[in-house]
Amino acid sequence: MRDVAVVSFACNAVARDASHNETEMIVPVLREAIEQSGIPRGDLGFVCSGSLDYLQGGPFAFVAGLDAVGAWPPVRESHVEMDAAWALYEAWVAIQTGEVDSALVYGFGKSTPGDLHEIMSLQLDPYYLLPLWPSMVDMAALQACAFLDSNGATEKDLAEVAARSQRNARGNPRAVRSADVAVEDLLKQPVTHHPLRDADIAPITDGAAAIVLAAGDLARKVTARPAWIRGIEHRIEAHAPGVRDLARSESAKAAGAAAGATSGNVDVAELHAQFSHEELILAEALGLDAAQTDINPSGGALAANPVMSAGLVRIGEIAQRITNGVADRGVAHAASGPCLQQNMVCVLEGE
Amino acid sequence: MAGERVAVVGVGQTVHRTARKDVSMAGLVREAAQEALDDAGMTWADIDAVVIGKAPDMFEGVAMPELYLADALGAVGKPMMRVHTAGSVGGSTSIVAAKLVAAGLHQRVLTVAYEKQSESNATWGLSVPMPFAAPLVAGAGGYFAPLIRAYMYRSGAPRYIGHLVAVKDRLAALRNPKAHLHIPDIDLKMVEESFLLWDPLRYLDVCPSSDGAMAMVLGSEKVAQAAPGPVAWIHGMAMRSEPTMFARRDQVSPQAGKDCAKDVYTQAGINDPRADFDCAEVYVPFSWYEPMWLENLGFCAEGEGWKLTESGATAPDGDIPWNPSGGVLSSNPIGASGMVRFGEVAQQVRGRAGDYQVELKSGLALGHAYGGGSQFFSMWVVGNKKPA
Repeated sequence: MRDVAVVSFACNAVARDASHNETEMIVPVLREAIEQSGIPRGDLGFVCSGSLDYLQGGPFAFVAGLDAVGAWPPVRESHVEMDAAWALYEAWVAIQTGEVDSALVYGFGKSTPGDLHEIMSLQLDPYYLLPLWPSMVDMAALQACAFLDSNGATEKDLAEVAARSQRNARGNPRAVRSADVAVEDLLKQPVTHHPLRDADIAPITDGAAAIVLAAGDLARKVTARPAWIRGIEHRIEAHAPGVRDLARSESAKAAGAAAGATSGNVDVAELHAQFSHEELILAEALGLDAAQTDINPSGGALAANPVMSAGLVRIGEIAQRITNGVADRGVAHAASGPCLQQNMVCVLEGE
Repeated sequence: MAGERVAVVGVGQTVHRTARKDVSMAGLVREAAQEALDDAGMTWADIDAVVIGKAPDMFEGVAMPELYLADALGAVGKPMMRVHTAGSVGGSTSIVAAKLVAAGLHQRVLTVAYEKQSESNATWGLSVPMPFAAPLVAGAGGYFAPLIRAYMYRSGAPRYIGHLVAVKDRLAALRNPKAHLHIPDIDLKMVEESFLLWDPLRYLDVCPSSDGAMAMVLGSEKVAQAAPGPVAWIHGMAMRSEPTMFARRDQVSPQAGKDCAKDVYTQAGINDPRADFDCAEVYVPFSWYEPMWLENLGFCAEGEGWKLTESGATAPDGDIPWNPSGGVLSSNPIGASGMVRFGEVAQQVRGRAGDYQVELKSGLALGHAYGGGSQFFSMWVVGNKKPA
């Protein structure tokens, strides 16, 4: 394995960006990530992005992204119709082959022009599930019920996650939801999708994120303290919610074990939980202990959820804390699909 | 090529039809994947990771369909990725899968690409009006016809050249039982008399709209050596992209295509593509794209492509057969069409192309795919000998 590090991270997230299209939204984020990396744009070996056509409402959402990249002369480039965390994985693989030494990775999406929760229903089995039109939140609520039923956790446990997220998010300039809230106050909110309240559901967000990866000596040259990727693994599980145990995440557990998540201290973890109960399921699957690990210090996706880059943001948040010297070793997680069907775990370390 | 050696150890392909009403989307991809596994002498349990590709989700109305297809493709408990790079996606998906092996991460990777176009109408799926963008409402043919006219103007090619390709590829498809179009009595007159869609393209100059899937099992050197049958070694692979529109961009013969070809030829040690390859499967969705890509890919000088086509050099019995399978003009499950090109050349160098097998001399062949506004390119070179 080649040593590969995150050498820069930039992101943008707002509750509603009505004045820019996707390309315009990406431009400043890419510029910041590239400038911060210290690697000239033309020297970046590979470009990979993640986006979703159905968010943009037309085919080929990623094509206009090339305008923001400034892909001239032509670039080595690819795209995944997945969260950009998987674009980072593809770029990491390209660096592992030895073909390139660096890569620009980005993801973007605007949730405000459409109805995100209904759009995500289109991910479901078109023959057996979609005709019922459960929304993304309906599916999550099913999982939340299964989780609470299985282990005696209560709605108060969910509210504690939501309250901590909002409090942590006060230090995050990109948070679209942050406040000094008390668990008791959150519990007074009405339940909208049993057992979930608004505070348990990630806020609608428009945004983009970018990361520059570099291998070995190049990373050391451009960064005083690179955030090295020590393990990155992902797994998918069955699609139909009825054929798996929704109270647990087998795929997150398997990815975490393969990536070596718990084979050392975990100072900090950023989990791509779009719902309060997902954080609890993931923490359990990854063997994280809140007493020893600072979980979602940014506030996580419950504070800002730029769909298609929210997983990549988790990797960036951990990398930034390592580069800043706040943490030595951290775990980032990204998810895709209904009820945490697919999960990625990325373990990052300082020198 | 960077990294460890990689070989195609199994290939599977569905029968392509206007509407495969006998299978669901899951059934379609599984049909191709099962055939590839059987060919490789493997079972689902042998596969380490799955990489799936297809063109826009709006063609079937399923967003991020890898989630729904995870079970059908035996991916449960494994890594799975979904690639989408427009029309080049079948090629890009093959390359992303091959890199997982080249990087030393996996031994056996299953890669699948599909489109079930009967679920929608691709021309309108491509023509959604977007805010702040000029609506083309023209589909792919309306986009590419002006580029073809520009090529005709530049090269002085006579109007019948495209029709020659339309006839040649449909005659080739008669030897391919899986091809969508079988038109036994096709000739120049039939193409010329078919109705005009987008000048100069007539109905028979254009690819069909197909349901179909392609699958390959890619293996490491160790896996290749233990394979039950012949394998196709990957000698080079490359991708290039450029933006859709800017001043001075040559949309007729894009720089990204030239750069991608140069890269893949360098990796594979190709100096003269016309002489060095035994055949090529090139993404030709509109007949005129054969002469245009002949030039872009360096099989002849600029302006000479149409002469090569006219001479019969690219026919199955010519010196450099292009699309002996019948090509995209005969089967077009869009998201799979690139992988069909990549897989067909693998079958050729394995000597497994059946009635459309070309004569093997160098044992090397080129697979090509492109997409978007002629701006995304993916290519690979495969050979029957292990690369140095």
